[in-house]
Amino acid sequence: MNLLLDAIAWIVDPANWTGPGSIPLRIWEHLWVAALVLVIASAIALPIGMLIGHTGRGKQFAVMTSGGLRALPTLGALTLFGLWLGIGLPAPVIALVILAIPPLLAGAYAGFESVDRRTIDAARAVGMNEPQVVGKVELPLSLPIVVGGIRSASLQIIATAILAAYIADFGLGRPIFEGLRTRDYGEMLGASILVIILALVVDGAFALAQRLAVPAGVRANRTRELRSRPARPRAILGQPINEGNQQ
Amino acid sequence: MTWLWSNLDLVGELIVVHLALSVPAIILSFVVSVPIGWLAHRYRWSRGVLLSLCGLLYAIPSVALLIALPVVTGQGVRSPLNLVVALTLYGIAVIVRTSADAFDSVERDIRQSATAIGYSEVGRFWGVELPLAGPVLLSGLRVVIVSTVSLATIGAVIGVQSLGSLFTDGFQRGIQAEVITGVVATIALALVLDALAVLGGRLLMPWTRSAIAIGRAGAGTPAKQARAA
Repeated sequence: MNLLLDAIAWIVDPANWTGPGSIPLRIWEHLWVAALVLVIASAIALPIGMLIGHTGRGKQFAVMTSGGLRALPTLGALTLFGLWLGIGLPAPVIALVILAIPPLLAGAYAGFESVDRRTIDAARAVGMNEPQVVGKVELPLSLPIVVGGIRSASLQIIATAILAAYIADFGLGRPIFEGLRTRDYGEMLGASILVIILALVVDGAFALAQRLAVPAGVRANRTRELRSRPARPRAILGQPINEGNQQ
Repeated sequence: MTWLWSNLDLVGELIVVHLALSVPAIILSFVVSVPIGWLAHRYRWSRGVLLSLCGLLYAIPSVALLIALPVVTGQGVRSPLNLVVALTLYGIAVIVRTSADAFDSVERDIRQSATAIGYSEVGRFWGVELPLAGPVLLSGLRVVIVSTVSLATIGAVIGVQSLGSLFTDGFQRGIQAEVITGVVATIALALVLDALAVLGGRLLMPWTRSAIAIGRAGAGTPAKQARAA
């Protein structure tokens, strides 16, 4: 328990909250780089995944890439790029982008693939062209799964961005490695706790986003009670009119 | 290549250490996850709780977890035991959902037929549900194998020996061949263990031999595949 007290003491120490390398600054760096990586990786992986899911072509590529890259140890990629590009941000950013691509690709591809073919056929039948099918049908319907992919990618980026401090002076990994060198366990544990909180908060935010990403029409369909009774009294209708969900 | 030839002993030694870290973690997480997955499948109300709790484990960054674990285990930060516990927790996070899905994938008709011909609840689990859930369980196990072997290298940054030591050592001394050797050895080890799991699956579940491609894809909807990834 003493260890935990040391960690809390490090977190609340006012000296760690101001000046260069302060906690707020480290958190800001951590989030900023994570966001940068997410944007780059999304720009690469999402369109490819959507294209594969939309056309159904290159499915093997998506499965292989998202499965195969998992075996690549991030630390190995990170140190290798570190040797090639030197100390600084480019190496960790590239390594993290590679790490983030599989979940993004898998999410986009699986999301688009999960849209019922009959729905897409129906969209074409009512006269939608391809961009409309993608933008108005496939994208909204697949959004929860696509956001799920983004969620797991951001989680991995935030978790692994600690390692970036191994070859660049930035983020919440910095105090962890500093504590490791100086054998200051309180500092290590304190910074670790902050990263864990950060990861949980971001994950929670994305979980919420995932819930909100369900299109309104689909959500309405899930509540069974909706319109289970005719809106008008039967006596006036004479014959039940087939309304909405009524069978 | 010259670096590899002159350091074959070291690489061999690290492969053994790496196996000693990752194999127990893989087995433990599988053994722990199957009952949890079955509970989540059997008792609907527990599903949300169990699956989100295990999902939460996954949200904890690995380096942070490695440093925080000694508070619980009482071991030193550099103790290999911490790494095994951490890897097991991640393994559980990855596979619990798949194992719940695995038991869900057994059709209700089959379950009812088993009861009808006289299986007890326990006998039905061992004789019917577990074997039929096998292919999906195997697909989850394969994900755990690959990610655990890859993740075990992380320990190197806080001083736990593994193939990851080749990364940190190679980086500090500027030996590119050493880092590349580490990457290749880690991937190779993951693929070998994965192949062994597939082989084991074929031997234990001969009926899946023709349908192995289906089991591989997670035997399910694209959404399940996405979760596995």
